[in-house]
Parts: sequence; structure tokens; C-alpha cells
Amino acid sequence: MSIDLSQFYEVFFEESFEGLDIMESELLALTPGDADSETLNTIFRAAHSIKGGSGTFGFSVVADFTHELETLLDQIREGTREVQTFHVDLFLKAVDCLRDMLNALKAEEQPDTTVSSEITKKFLAILNDEDISEAGTPAPPTPPVQQEPSMEEAGAFGFFDDAYNDPIEPPQQNDSSGGKTWHIFFKPEPHLFKTGNEPIFMFQELADLGEISIVANTDNLPLYHDLVADDSYLNWKITLVSDTEKDKIEEIFEWVLDDAELIIECDEVETAEVEAVEVIEVIDTPTIVSEVESKPIAPEPVAIKEQQPQIADTPVVVKEKENKKNPEATSIRVSIEKVDSLINMVGELVITQAMLSQYGEGEFTENRRMLMLEGLAQLATNTRELQESVMQIRMLPISFVFSRFPRLVRDISQKLGKKVELKLLGETTELDKTVMEKISDPMVHLIRNSLDHGLETPAERIASGKDESGTVTLNAYHQGGNIIIEIIDDGKGIDPQVIRSKAIGKGLIKEDDELTDQEVIDLIFLPGFSTKEEVSDLSGRGVGMDVVKRNIQELNGTVEVFSQINQGSTFTIRLPLTLAILDGQLVTIGGNTYIIPLVNIIESIQMTPKQLNNVGGDLELFRQRDEYIPILRMHQIFNHEAALESLTQGILVIVESEYGHIGLLVDDLLAQQQVVIKSLEANYQRVEGISGATILGDGTISLIIDIGGVISLAGLKKQHRNKLRSINDHRLVV
Amino acid sequence: MTNNQLAQLQNQMGQNENDQDQDQYLTFFMANEEYGIDILSIQEIRGFDATTSIPNSPNYIQGVMNLRGTIVPIVDLRLRFGLEQIPYGEITVVIVVKAKLEEGEKIIGMVVDAVSDVYSVNHTDSTRAPDVGEADNREYLKGLVNVGEKMVVLLDLKKILTFS
Repeated sequence: MSIDLSQFYEVFFEESFEGLDIMESELLALTPGDADSETLNTIFRAAHSIKGGSGTFGFSVVADFTHELETLLDQIREGTREVQTFHVDLFLKAVDCLRDMLNALKAEEQPDTTVSSEITKKFLAILNDEDISEAGTPAPPTPPVQQEPSMEEAGAFGFFDDAYNDPIEPPQQNDSSGGKTWHIFFKPEPHLFKTGNEPIFMFQELADLGEISIVANTDNLPLYHDLVADDSYLNWKITLVSDTEKDKIEEIFEWVLDDAELIIECDEVETAEVEAVEVIEVIDTPTIVSEVESKPIAPEPVAIKEQQPQIADTPVVVKEKENKKNPEATSIRVSIEKVDSLINMVGELVITQAMLSQYGEGEFTENRRMLMLEGLAQLATNTRELQESVMQIRMLPISFVFSRFPRLVRDISQKLGKKVELKLLGETTELDKTVMEKISDPMVHLIRNSLDHGLETPAERIASGKDESGTVTLNAYHQGGNIIIEIIDDGKGIDPQVIRSKAIGKGLIKEDDELTDQEVIDLIFLPGFSTKEEVSDLSGRGVGMDVVKRNIQELNGTVEVFSQINQGSTFTIRLPLTLAILDGQLVTIGGNTYIIPLVNIIESIQMTPKQLNNVGGDLELFRQRDEYIPILRMHQIFNHEAALESLTQGILVIVESEYGHIGLLVDDLLAQQQVVIKSLEANYQRVEGISGATILGDGTISLIIDIGGVISLAGLKKQHRNKLRSINDHRLVV
Repeated sequence: MTNNQLAQLQNQMGQNENDQDQDQYLTFFMANEEYGIDILSIQEIRGFDATTSIPNSPNYIQGVMNLRGTIVPIVDLRLRFGLEQIPYGEITVVIVVKAKLEEGEKIIGMVVDAVSDVYSVNHTDSTRAPDVGEADNREYLKGLVNVGEKMVVLLDLKKILTFS
């Protein structure tokens, strides 16, 4: 009879997290004192669905907590209360708290209610018009408040009890009866009475099973003149102490199951939890609020001051924790439009297939051959379109990443005492979901870095003749097959002199090394580099930039920095649009077919003996337009038998690398084509110099060359690079 | 797989029904020796197809093969055991196994001379390989077992297919 709700948990959590994200971004858009009603409605709706959902699934801790939040929101929405900055702060904390609770529930743990009850108390204070912005945090945890006579003692069912309030039985009663505590939530449809059912009989039956206490919730009760006499407006919370089975309880409600919301939960007597529930439930009741009000509030200003920043800390910490737990989301939301177009294409594909198999049957004539060719051409079109739309499914607007930054910037700037305006540009730029998930952390780091190291304090800014508040701009756009993300700040910029002396101090460079300013600035990406004198907890542990760079390189991307003193810095991240497909140039090396990613290739040329130089015996150089390009004999590097006898027989594919231009010597160039990247690691292991594999049209496998890997395989590292630079520098001098 | 299914499977294969303490092994020949691997780890047996060689790989890695869209490395077991390689022909057989390695489950193909038979072996019948000399191959062996007159060498897939 009962439906297993757990199958819907995943959907509930996903929707709730989405709702929380919406709440967060809308809250940030909320202007204190002048709230936009549409914004408020959006927040309210999100909160309401979370409350409804959690109620349905029996997560009463979440539902009750959200209820408070909603009450305050409702007052603001209806204009009975003006929205204040500290309201927004509290709401944001509540959002964090909800996120924590939901995460705990998702991990099938019991959510920690200490934070939520703390926040609940603040809501309570606000609802009761206490000035918490002045008073700070209310008293240390107080024991559960209510001491109302239990309904059960009075010998009556609390149908019209004023509120939702309480009577959950004190834990010791559970012990005495030796049974389990059942929490039953019963919310019938309005037409309950018309079907001839009467809750009181059901409750009497329940009472036969054990000790019972019932609380009616009258929230939905309309005003008298709107009241339809034979409609049911109430819902009930029933606590039953009995050693009965769930089936027995369900049996009682059997006749109304289809017309009501019924949640039956068994509580394995856990004192702490019961108390927590009580604390949360209390707040609903006006009478009890007044009791709280009368409670002494610990008025120690010093203690409060210490407490405030601690609370401000939580969001950042929470975020990190959350990231660790759920590294990657497992599902994707796709617009119905994209799915429809996909279905369309599959339909066409089926038609084409039917057509082809029809032509394939029977006598094969010249006429048929033509038709067949036509069919194949159509198949090619279908396939390409299908591939494109499947790729489209994985593409999401980058606003999914951007949307978390306003909050981050707000928290950090508050903490640092800086004024910051965050500008988001190009939010609709689409990007592969996998890439997006992995780029988020490096971006967080770069933004923190801009706020912490880049932007100055308001005083410093005024002193240097700038506007008091700094600007951080996030910009995303497509360029070629890449997506570019820029993080621009108008702060003090990076001083090459400071970096230089720091790098010398750390032994990263020598004092007499001649480096351009840009080269000096690039040193910040070296491991173990931190420029701030004091290590701050936001950024600057010195593990930062090199990790950022490595993460981005793992995505086949690059990161560059451009900076001018007093003007600000720009970090540019360049990423491939997708990790699944690439445009490749097929080449043969020692008789084997390999693929070089087209994005890396600058040009391919045949060399003449005049253009070739030999340096120090082991480094061959190709001279082209005043530049010396080192040559890598690919068959040697890959240990294949050479098909070439001299350099001039082969073709030099010049590619871009982190060491500048490099020439790869291959036997021959073949076609260019799009290839689907497959992992070599899945069944084998990482191969140096190879980034993956693909299957060609004839079914054979071809390996994709990883330029960086090939270079390190060739040992063309620092020494050669320095040798090369001295050659190129020398040429400049001459 | 439940015990029930296992028993069924064994029945179908006409093997000894005394199931609980038995493992089934597929055996194959290499250089006239008979080797056995756990039958449950075998995905399929197929002929040898052209492979794409992997640069700088050990000589016993023949390359990778396209197995219906999956990229599968092919190991020449003769070379893996330090035996002399024999040329591949039409009857060269690849045993494709799903091996549970430390990095997870991997699909790997093994080139052997010929597939032989399926035996049920009691746990108690298999003995540890004798501890002789420094022969490198000893670490690949899980045990020895007598089937009738013959001796079969049981192999430890995990060791054979972990490449360093």
C-alpha cells in the first residue's frame, strides 16, 4: 500500500539544492529597504518548495526550519516588515544551514541541529521584533521551552489547539512504555468529510494501540466568511508510543490513504534528536515566542564581537566541505527542446537506415548504386547532426559556475573590509559540463586571489586616486575552438620587482638572470610561491597558483596573466570547448598512424637542407623567418623503426607548446578529421606522450599525441630551452 | 552469481556437480605447457586482429585492439613469460579477460598458442607452486593442479596483468 518514497530522494535533493542556489542569488540581488516584489516572490517560492518537499519526504527538521524562514519572508513579502541588511545576512546563513542539513540527509546522516536552532532563535527574535542587529547573538542554548499541559493528560485530542506547537512527549515516557515512538503526519484533502471519513475515529483507533498525543495545525484555516463548513482544513501531527508495527498504523488510515498525505516514521528513541525537534517546533507559536522574549539575553558585548566573525567564517568552510563530499554532480538537466530535436534526428536516422537496407536487398544495378550513394550521403548528414546535438546536451551556460561567485565575493570582501563590485559578462557562453565542473575550483582560487592580493583597501584606493570600490570582472567568450575566461581586477597589479626579489629569495631564479617583466610575473605559477608577507587564510599559502595552473593544464587548457602596476591584473584561462571530441591531423610516424590535435598545429612544411642547423650535436634546429625551431624526430621518441633516412624526406609539423614553437618530424601527412577521444588508461595505463586514443573509420585505433608529454619524453627541457634562448637572443643582438 | 546459478552453469557444461568447493578453470597451451585461469574472469575468446602499437611499451604489450569500440591492450603471454615468440597466424587465439586489478577492473586480451579445455578443480587439490630458484615467472603462479595424468599451472591474473 505504501509507496517507497526513497526513489524520489535524489530528485528532491537536486531540486532543493537548485532552490537554494536560486534563493542565494536572489537574496544577493535584494536591496535592503527597497525590495523588489518579484525577487521576494522567487525566494519565497524556492523556500516553499523546499519546505513542501522535505515535509513530504519526512525530513521534518528541514521542513520546520524552513517554515520559520518562510514566516519572516512572508511578512516581508506582504509589506508588514521592511527588509534589512541583517535580514539578508540571516537568510544567507539559513541557506547555508539548509544546504548542510540537506547534505547530511543525502549522506543518510542525522543533520546537525546546533546551527539551525541558533538561526531559528534569531528568526524568532526578529519575528518578535527584537533588535538583533544590536543585540547580537541571543543567549546560549536554552533548554526546550514549552511546558504546556500535555493533551493526553487532559484526556482530549488537541484538534483545535492553537498552534502547531508541541506536545512531543518527554523522552522518559518512551522508556516507561517500552515501545517505539511513531511520528505520524496526517494531512487529508479538503474533501475528506464528504467521503464519509472522520479523523477522530481513526485517532481513537490509534489511541487503542498505545499512548498518543495529537497536535492539530490550523495554519490553513481560512477566515470565517471563506470557510466551507464541510471541508477539512486541518492537518495533524500525532505522536504514538506503542510497540505496534507500521502495518497496523497504516491499516487504520487505509480508507483515506488516497485522499491524504500520510507520513509514518518510527523514532529509535534518541533524546538529542527529540529535543532538537522540539526547539524547532516551538517557534511557531506566538505564545511561546513571548516566553522566549522574556528570557534573559546574554548581553556581553565582547563575547558577541568574537562570535560574529566566527559566523561569517562558516560559509567559506562549508563550501569546501561540500565540495569534498560531492565532487561531481551525477545528472544533467536538459531542455525539452534539445531532447526533441534529438528524437527528431534519431527518427530521420531510422528512416535512412530503412531506406538503405531496402536498396541493399535484391539485384544490384547501377541505378541502385546511385540511390545507395545518396542514402549514404544522407546517413553522413544525419550522423553529424546527431553528434552535434548530443554534444549540445553536455553544453551548459557558464552562468552555472558564475552564479556562485557573487556570494563568494560578498563574503570575502566583507571579511577583508574591501569594497568590491563584481561584474559578470558573457554568462550565456556554453561550455562542456565536465570542463565546467573542473574549472570552478581554479576560478574560486583566482577570484579569492584577486580580492585578497589584487584589490586594495578603500583607503589605499582613495590615496592612489581610484574609486573607493574596486571592480572584479568575470568575462567568458568563445574564440576559435576554445572558451576564454578572464578574471580582471582593477587593483594594484603585480609588481615585477617584488616578485623578482621574492623569487631570488626562494632560489627560483638567480640574481643575474635576465628576465623580462612578463617572464618575472609568470614566476607566480611556479610551485611554492607566495608573495604576501603574512599567510592569510584566504589565499597565499603558496600552494595556490601552481595548483591552479596544473588543474587547468589537466583540462588541456592554459592560463596566462597580464598585469600593470596600479592598473590591475588580468588572468586569462583558455580551455577547449569539450573533452570528448577534437579536430585532428592524421600523420604517419614510423609506419603508424597518429593524430596531432589541430589546435596545436601552426603549420606543416617540407624542409630544405639550407634551413637546418645542428647545435651541440644533439639538438637539431630548423630556421624559419628569423626563428630557430627545435626538431623532434618522432619515430625516435616513440621507438618506431625509421621510415626516413634524412630530415628533408619527412614533413615538419610545427606546433605551439609551453616552450614556444617545436617542430615534430613525421613521415607523412594524412587527412584531417574530427575524432572521438577514448581513454587509453581505462584498460591500460598512462602512456607518456599520448593523451588518448581514437577509432578511425576503418576500425583501427590511432593514438593522439600529447605535445607536452612528447617534449618531456624528448628531454627537451630546461637545458635545451636555455640553449635555444641564447641562440635566439644572440640573433636579436646581431 | 548465486550458488544456484553457478550449479546450473556447471550442469550445463557437463562438469562435476559437486560445486561448493570447486573452481572452474579454462586452460590453454603455451609451448606445450597447459595453463589455467579462473573461468569467471573470461569475457570472450576470439581470433587475433591487427593491433596499434603503443610507443615505448614493454615488448610483451602487442598494442591495443578495437573490441567493438573499447580500446583493449593485448599482451603476448609468451613474451610476458620470457618464452620465444611464435608468428601469429589464422589460429592465433586471444583470450579477453576482465581482470580485477588494483586500479579497478580492466579488460585485457592475452595471446596464447591454443585454448584447451575447462576443468573443475577442488580447492584442496591445488598445491602451491614449488619454491625453486629465482625464476621470475614464479610470482605469476597461483598453484599447480593434477588433472588425470596432466599437470596444469594455475595463473594469477592480477600479477600477470599488472604492468610496471
